[in-house]
Amino acid sequence: MSDHEYTPTSKVGKWFNDRLPLLTLANHLTDYPTPKNLNYWWTFGGILTFCLITQIVTGLTLAMHYIAHADMAFESVEHIMRDVNYGWLIRYIHANGASMFFLAVYIHIFRSLFYGSYKSPREIIWIIGIIIYLLMMAAAFMGYVLPWGQMSFWGATVITNLFSAIPLVGEGIVTWLWGGYSVDNPTLTRFFTLHYLIPFLILGLVVLHIWALHVPGNNNPVGIDIKKPSKDTVPFHPYIVIKDGFALLMFMIVFAFFVFYSPNILGHADNYIEANPMVTPAHIVPEWYLLPFYAILRSVPDKLLGVVAMLSAILILAVLPWLDTSKIRSAVFRPLYKQFYWILVADVLILGYMGAMPAEGLYLLIARVATAYYFLHFLVILPVLGFKEKTLPIPLSITEPVLGGSTNLAMAKNKESLDK
Amino acid sequence: MKNLIKLFSILVLFFFTVTQSQSAEKVDYLKTDWSFKGLFGKFDRGSLQRGYQVYTEVCASCHSMKYLSYRNLGEKGGPEFSQAEVKAIAASFEVIDGPNADGEMFERPAKLSDKFVMPYDNVKAAQAANGGAYPPDMSVLVKARGGGVDYIYSLLQGYEDAPSGMTLDEGVHYNKYMYGNKIRMSAPLSDDLIEYGDGTKATVEQMSKDVTTFLMWAAEPHLETRHQMGFKAIIYLIILTILVYFSMKKIWSRVESEV
Repeated sequence: MSDHEYTPTSKVGKWFNDRLPLLTLANHLTDYPTPKNLNYWWTFGGILTFCLITQIVTGLTLAMHYIAHADMAFESVEHIMRDVNYGWLIRYIHANGASMFFLAVYIHIFRSLFYGSYKSPREIIWIIGIIIYLLMMAAAFMGYVLPWGQMSFWGATVITNLFSAIPLVGEGIVTWLWGGYSVDNPTLTRFFTLHYLIPFLILGLVVLHIWALHVPGNNNPVGIDIKKPSKDTVPFHPYIVIKDGFALLMFMIVFAFFVFYSPNILGHADNYIEANPMVTPAHIVPEWYLLPFYAILRSVPDKLLGVVAMLSAILILAVLPWLDTSKIRSAVFRPLYKQFYWILVADVLILGYMGAMPAEGLYLLIARVATAYYFLHFLVILPVLGFKEKTLPIPLSITEPVLGGSTNLAMAKNKESLDK
Repeated sequence: MKNLIKLFSILVLFFFTVTQSQSAEKVDYLKTDWSFKGLFGKFDRGSLQRGYQVYTEVCASCHSMKYLSYRNLGEKGGPEFSQAEVKAIAASFEVIDGPNADGEMFERPAKLSDKFVMPYDNVKAAQAANGGAYPPDMSVLVKARGGGVDYIYSLLQGYEDAPSGMTLDEGVHYNKYMYGNKIRMSAPLSDDLIEYGDGTKATVEQMSKDVTTFLMWAAEPHLETRHQMGFKAIIYLIILTILVYFSMKKIWSRVESEV
């Protein structure tokens, strides 16, 4: 929290603020000192807030017209698409909004990885972020089940069946999750309930995420600690607000293209076929944003170990602050880490591609190598790199490069050329 | 700004890979010009009306369209039959209503608010009449098939003699665009099968195109509104983005830092 005292100018304001310091909070949020060298990768926090609110607002509207019943869900979605005023618009925003949400969250996470934003003193922000990411996946998965199409039904069957891999109690847990002996109406109604609940849990965690962020303040592309407020910072409003707003508008243009011109391209055609327990689709594929983990799941021959590998792939991120032994945050000053970072990005993209392909032959082999490399990156490369890597000298402040004459100038110039 | 361009190109690249990987199993479908594609795409009204004729005279004997109502045929953005025509179309179908005051079900001519009458009472009846295969409901058929309109258009024209060495069971036909090449439906269209009200020559190609257009509308009845609204929304966003960009430049000119 900012250190300077805030006193409302009006008497009423002061009376109110003494009892509930909302005005102090508002003042803190507008004055919040932010590093002035943040680049556009930092605008995705604001974009994600927009995504969450969009999903909640459109979701509430859809819930007013949707019927969570195995016999009526599909029909009620068609009712929304045809007869509800602008129902098609609301549904397409919600469905594509999920994809845009994940696109933004992946950029947000990989920005963190590049600039070392997860490192001390920001570990709690990072861990809350991972929990939000997990909840997002749960919400997205359950949301995909609600239209009760073929992919909804069979996706739900495949994913819930993963729990049967747990020794001894697995089968019991699956029956308990389903509320019966197969995915059916009880499964649909509970998924609807949870799909409605989770966004509000995420909202709460987002508040904690931002609260935890405001204690140490933002990391920045140079990755050094800065004095706040100082000549290195700008107040959040108007500087960051307008910059985030600009980036958000660019993002919304991409979003609008999907909603208005190819609303179904990110979905699967089979989900426009009503769920049929008697007919299994040729390929059961999750939504694109879950594909890398799906590839990891399938690349392990044993079911239980596959599930363990898939979960570990996500949970390993939570201990990342301790796996990365380097004291330097930003990859700008870590020439070796920078290369491994881009290999990891490529590795995850390859996993995603393999997740969409059938698990056989060369595809399976590549998926296995990529899975092994994924874990190698976090468990071996990162810990070792912290000790072995020769890092570049870091500047003393983020304004230093522009001041000139310092011993770090050559290095700062070097950094600039890297950015180009 | 440099960063922004980088970011934007990564986004584009990313979605290119995503869409590519999703359409990995590509088949070369027959191509035709669809008037409803593109930023300003609209349905060809004549084609929609002819398409309805094909549907009702050919497809409807087996395929239901249970999410559509007769009123939809007269709504904006659709075939736009006149109100009198739609009423006449609806009245030509009998629906079961009731129970009445005596507790009896009764038949009456369909009204605008009624859903399209289904050819069979239920899925089992449909299967029984079609050698075990269920003719799928056509309301969202175009969106339920990977190739979309191109697939349906090609399938209707894809009937050929089975290649030598391939044996087909009784009631199974060869179609080069069908998944697995085996289809229960016999070739539904042949030249001059129907007589178009507007005098257009009813070739297989023409009927395929018309009925596919009609199915596209059935699956996306608000497509025209969507395209019109999308264009306005994106123009609005672009103008706003430019204005915000200059405001941002002005605000950030107060500090020594590049945006």
